[in-house]
Amino acid sequence: MKSAISIFFKDWKSELRTRYSVNSLAMFIIVAISVILFSVKDEPLSPYLTAGLLWTVIFFSAMSGLSRTFVSEEERGTFLILQIIASPLNVFSGKLLFNTLLVFLINSIITLLFSLLFSAFIIKNIYLFTAVFFLGNFGIAVSSTVIAAIISKAGAKGTLYPVLSFPVLLPLILILSELTNFSIDGKSVEESLTEILVIICYDVIMLTVSVMLFDFIWKD
Amino acid sequence: MINISVSAENLCKNFGRRFVFKNLNFIFDKPGIYGIAGINGSGKTTLAKIISGVLSPSQGKIYCSVNSLKINPEEIQKYIGYAAPYVVFYDEFTVYENLKMLSVIQGIDFNSNRCEKLLTEFGLYERRNEHLSNYSSGMKQRIKIIFAMMNNLPLIIFDEPITNLDSAGKEIFYRLLKQQAINSLIIIASNEEADLALCSKIIIMENFRK
Repeated sequence: MKSAISIFFKDWKSELRTRYSVNSLAMFIIVAISVILFSVKDEPLSPYLTAGLLWTVIFFSAMSGLSRTFVSEEERGTFLILQIIASPLNVFSGKLLFNTLLVFLINSIITLLFSLLFSAFIIKNIYLFTAVFFLGNFGIAVSSTVIAAIISKAGAKGTLYPVLSFPVLLPLILILSELTNFSIDGKSVEESLTEILVIICYDVIMLTVSVMLFDFIWKD
Repeated sequence: MINISVSAENLCKNFGRRFVFKNLNFIFDKPGIYGIAGINGSGKTTLAKIISGVLSPSQGKIYCSVNSLKINPEEIQKYIGYAAPYVVFYDEFTVYENLKMLSVIQGIDFNSNRCEKLLTEFGLYERRNEHLSNYSSGMKQRIKIIFAMMNNLPLIIFDEPITNLDSAGKEIFYRLLKQQAINSLIIIASNEEADLALCSKIIIMENFRK
């Protein structure tokens, strides 16, 4: 565990110095939200549409920044030293911690900007939305991390990442969008329990499969 | 002192249809310097990577024992030091940060005294707080050797260790290598006669191609 935390801190310090992911994520958020604002103009948006747009922006921002955690190691050639000195489980845990933190930070900013810029985006049940936000972000972080590890050794990384992520993240994004609609409607947590359980199952399955597969992905 | 032994049983490695080596058997069971020699492309680096657990063999087994107890291949990371020209450290960190951070990632308590002593031996102590990106390839090679040696690990693998080193660097390396070999099992993969002259046992890779 100490080793995993050290990998997380290494990535965090490295990110602060190189800004590999943060710059691309920040640029993507600014561009995506600006494009939506310019194209919508004064047209009134329905609350459900803003929920769909929120998770669309979150999905594509994950696609633009979360692969860097493994891709940068591969591109700089530092992959090998990690393979020699750290166990696959520690590497995966450290990278997952880093991506989880990054996803939470970025998605909090996106959500805050949505609530400030789109008047229709009003959450009536904040507790439900918070639970959905945490579970959803964790699911996105787990899936993005393991897919980033898979594509890091491939040739066309930029294309492969969204292509592989789309079918894996689609069920999660659909349920997250649905649950966001529920929280906009003000439905209670009890009424949304089935959907919440589906997200919990998704997170548990993705985490288990990722841990089991990572050994094979990490080694030759 | 931790005693480590490494042995291979009918080890084979192929990349697709190309065999690198087959039926390779060896036992390195005592501290000392052992060699892996062979022409370019004969599989020295591949064997070094298999021993370090980075690559898996296509057939056969590699066994590692620590104090006569067999360990899983995944556990070897805690016991191994590795230096090679193709190993890359983090340019955005200083030399000292790299050495400290990588030791912690390896799960080893950072020994600052030993680290500073080796930095001084290699003439890099004054520049320890500079970013690695400012270092020349020879200086980076010195840092990799320091990292491999600084934690007094029982198994140390050097793949082409004197690449990029000047004559002073080579002299320091050989002196430290002899001291380290008292307690550690050292494997050198190299073509350099000076490297192989230090080895008590040498695997000639060409012997395992057919």
